[in-house]
This record gives sequence, C-alpha cells and structure tokens, in this order.
Amino acid sequence: MHLLPDLKKALPARASLAPTPEEAPEAMRTEALSAWFGPHQVLHEISLRFPARQVTALIGPSGCGKTTYIRCLNRMHEVVPSARVGGKVLLGGEDIYAPKVDPVLVRRRIGMVFQKPNPFPAMSIYGNVAAGLRLTGLAKGRSLDEIVERSLRQAALWDEVKDRLHQPGTDLSGGQQQRLCIARTLAVEPEVLLFDEPCSALDPVATEKIEQLLFELKKRYTIVIVTHNMQQAARVSDLTGFLLMGDLVEFGRTESLFTTPKDPRTEAYITGRFG
Amino acid sequence: MRARPYALRKATNAVALGLTGAAAALTLGILFAILAYIAANGASALNWDFFTKLPAPVGETGGGLANAIVGTLKLLLLASAIGIPVGFLGGVYLAEFGHGRTGFVVRYASDVLNGVPSIVIGIVAYTLIVLPMKQFSSLAGGVALGIIMIPTVVRSTEELLKLVPSNVREAALALGVNEWKTVLFVVIPTALRGVLAGVLLSLARVAGETAPLLFTALSNRYWSHGWLEPTASLPVMVYTYAIAPYDDWHRQAWAGALVLITMVLGVNILARLGVSRRASAS
Ligand SMILES: Nc1ncnc2c1ncn2[C@@H]1O[C@H](COP(=O)(O)OP(=O)(O)OP(=O)(O)O)[C@@H](O)[C@H]1O
Ligand SMILES: [Mg+2]
Repeated sequence: MHLLPDLKKALPARASLAPTPEEAPEAMRTEALSAWFGPHQVLHEISLRFPARQVTALIGPSGCGKTTYIRCLNRMHEVVPSARVGGKVLLGGEDIYAPKVDPVLVRRRIGMVFQKPNPFPAMSIYGNVAAGLRLTGLAKGRSLDEIVERSLRQAALWDEVKDRLHQPGTDLSGGQQQRLCIARTLAVEPEVLLFDEPCSALDPVATEKIEQLLFELKKRYTIVIVTHNMQQAARVSDLTGFLLMGDLVEFGRTESLFTTPKDPRTEAYITGRFG
Repeated sequence: MRARPYALRKATNAVALGLTGAAAALTLGILFAILAYIAANGASALNWDFFTKLPAPVGETGGGLANAIVGTLKLLLLASAIGIPVGFLGGVYLAEFGHGRTGFVVRYASDVLNGVPSIVIGIVAYTLIVLPMKQFSSLAGGVALGIIMIPTVVRSTEELLKLVPSNVREAALALGVNEWKTVLFVVIPTALRGVLAGVLLSLARVAGETAPLLFTALSNRYWSHGWLEPTASLPVMVYTYAIAPYDDWHRQAWAGALVLITMVLGVNILARLGVSRRASAS
C-alpha cells in the first residue's frame, strides 16, 4: 500500500481503555438513506452506524454528498426548497423521519456546527451561547450564566472572552467564532454533534484547538465530522466513511481504512490519485 | 491578441473617471443649489410666529403655518400607522414565505402599486373615504399617504431581510428553534437597522406628497380637530401660498418649503446614521 507517510504518522495511538467502535453501543444509524435536490439524486441508499461517544469521519471528494448526508441526520436537508429524503435515520432506535416526529425537536437532540462560522450578528457572545435555550423556552428556571460559562469552557473559549461577554459575537476572530458556534451548540446539550468541515476556514493553530476540543467532547457526545482533510480524519476519528458520488464506498475503523483500504477507489483517494 | 497600449488604457480610465465624477458632482450640485436657494428665500420668513401662529386672515401680513406643521405631522403619524405595519409584515412574508405563487403575485402587486401615480391613490382615498363621509379629512389624507408608503416599505423590508445570510437562519433552525421564532428573534434583529432606514426613507418620501392631499385632507386655515376635519399640511400650503398673488404669502411658501425639506433631510440623515452605525450587542 502506498500511503502518504504523514498520514500514517497522523494516526493516533489508541488509548487502550477506550471501547473499540465495535464494542460501543449504537447512538445513531442510517438505513438506505437517499437524498434529492429536485429530480437530482445526490445520495444513494447509504447505511451507516454511528457508535456512541466515538468520532466518525466522513471523507470524499468535493460534491460527493458529505454535507447533504449530515444535513439529513438532523433534518436540515429539508430546509432547502425542493429537497427530499428517503430511507431512515434512527436515533436511539427511533426513526427521526417518522411522520409524527417534529423536526424542531429532532434538531434539539442533534446539534450541528457549520462549515463557515455563523454567529448571530445581532447578539453578543453571551447572547449567542444563550440563544438556543432562550429561543426554545428551555431557559426557564435555569441559571443561564452558569450554562453559558460551562459551554464556553467546554468549547475552550471562556478564557479568551470572559471579560467581553457582552460584545458582539461577530467581533471575534474566525477561529473564535467557530468555537463560539460550538459553545452555542453545546449549550442546548444535544446527544449527537454534527460538524461540517468545521476547520475549513481556519488556520492551523485554530484547527489544532478545535481538534483538541473534539477529543474532549468525545467523552460525552457522539460526533460525526465531515472533513476534506485526510490528516484530520486520521487524527480525530475512530471510524471513517468514504463517500463517492453519493455512494458509500467503504466504512470501517479509521486505522484500517487508511492503512489497508479494501476498495481500490478508497485507496486511490487517500493516496491522492484522484479527488 | 495584442495588449492595448498603456497610454490608451490610461486615457480611457481618465475619461471614465471624469464622466462618473462629473455626474456625481452634478447630483450634489443640484441638491445644494436647491437647498441654498430655498434657504436664502425662506430664512427671512422663518420666525417664532411661523411655528406658533395660524395663517393671518387674507390681506393681512404676518401669521404662521403652525397648523400646517402639526397637520403634516398628524398625516405622517397616520400614514406610518398604516404603512409601516402592513408594509413590514408584507415584506417579512415575501422574504420568508414568499417563494411560491402567492409570493410572486404579492411582489408583483406591490411593484405595480409602487408605480401607481400618487394622485391616483388620492382619488381612491377620495372615493372610499371622502365621498361616503361627505367630508375632507386628515383621515382620508393619512390613509392615502399610508397606502403610498406600503409598497416601498414592503420591498425595502423584503430586500433587507433577504440580505441576512441563510447560514444565520440555518444556525437557529439547527439549534431547534422553530421557524417563526427564527424569523422574529434572529433574522429580523439582524436586519433591523436597515429595515428601519427603509421605513424612514419611505416616510421622507411621502412627507412631501402634495397631489393626493389636494382632494383628501384638502387644507384648512384654522386648527383641525381630531381626524375628521380637513387639515392644512406643509406641501399643500406651500402650493397654495406659492400661486397666490401676495408677496408675504410667497415668503411664507419659501419658509414652508424650507421647513419641509429640513424635515425630510433630517429623516434621511437619521436613516443613514441608523444604517452605518454598527449593530449593537443585545
Ligand atoms: N441547494 C442545492 N440545490 C441543488 N443541488 C445541490 C444543493 N446543494 C448541493 N447540491 C448538489 O448536491 C451534491 C452534493 O453536494 P454536497 O454539498 O453534499 O457535497 P459535499 O460533499 O459536501 O462537497 P464539498 O466537499 O465541496 O462541501 C452536489 O452535486 C451539489 O451540486
Ligand atoms: Mg460540504
């Protein structure tokens, strides 16, 4: 196998006590998930299993459907007019696309961090973090101050912003804004966190911070991360799925997918021969 | 292809710069010429009486246009009470829910309404309010101005809400915030300054409307009580005084124009300040 040498280096030594992906209980699963934009089918019957408290990375060339796939996982796909979904997404065994399920409640359980930092421009740092609770009516009778501080600490942003909580969130740097968006998502305490290329707009230092953060968050959350960066996938994830033109080509333990890919297309992609 | 000679490109550049610069200077020049001319002519008649006294009886000099100033403010108040809520909500509808056929129809209707000459709107208010009530009134005038405001408020609100990036909207939805709360607490606050500026500009625009008032609010040489009496207004007074054969009235017409244009300019400046100042933290 011709692997990029630095890719091999990026693979972390697995902590021996952590459960292997096979042992971990399942948090979420998709069954034959398909997605369309109008008549254009962009995902073809993807079935994947996300173990609890593990990081699953999705890689694949641009336009292969990674964003579409994770947007299906918290019912954000249907926000686009003409978008349509087929198949099932099971969260804790229940299909979130069942007719009587309210998408708004699904999204409270499955948080999402977008590719581009998108803090609410009309709100302060504090307001951004508190927004989820305030606007969903979950803030009643709870100490917002505490939740805001805890979320910002979890997102490794507290020390940088604690003296200016009431300044606009958009005053922060790009990397700080992304961590603010992570804090905002953590504040509502979802069960699953979806990250869509969270570092694509960030420099290596900010990227490093976010990756550190993923290791921390993994202790409490099931994480799905889309990334263009294979080194990043190798560094942060336990499992990796490789998508190509809307099909799931290969899925497995990150080490084995990167060291001994089963499918020639996976190998071609991770050795940089196409994509 | 051969690159064009540098000298030629520089010359083209200079010509383009010159033309656009001249047009900009002309625009500014016209504005300042009008302002200066009105100020020069109107300032002499501007005094305390002008703001506090009723018009003097015909033939006498002195007096003021206090009733017209108050009348204009009353008309604008009523126009705002109609034009702002209807226009704002309509704009929110178009921006957030107007993707389909209904949206297209509403948008089209609002553009057509925007193109209807204001005098026609005056006739509508005359037919709907003045004729049945057998009475010219502030009510009819305010309604006419309010209708004129609606389409501009609708479209400026829609445009400004659409400028809010969709990823801001999606961020709220992804937190599990429902659609109407997303619009109300995230999208609208993000665009609020711009929306307010649009509202102020449309208010400034109707402040000077004269034609629709001629047969709705008419005019009045005395105080107008309540909403069901004819009322004086600055634009109509300026018109009446300007075409009357008395020098003193001419001076007061200039002064009225000066007050009117100062009001409009003030509102415009307020709108600009609102847009340029940074969004404040909540
Ligand atoms: N709003 C949309 N309307 C129509 N087609 C879309 C829309 N968004 C994405 N697509 C199409 O769906 C396919 C998958 O897009 P998607 O954004 O999921 O790719 P991606 O894997 O996330 O790519 P990238 O790595 O560039 O972000 C593409 O062919 C794209 O053209
Ligand atoms: Mg994408």
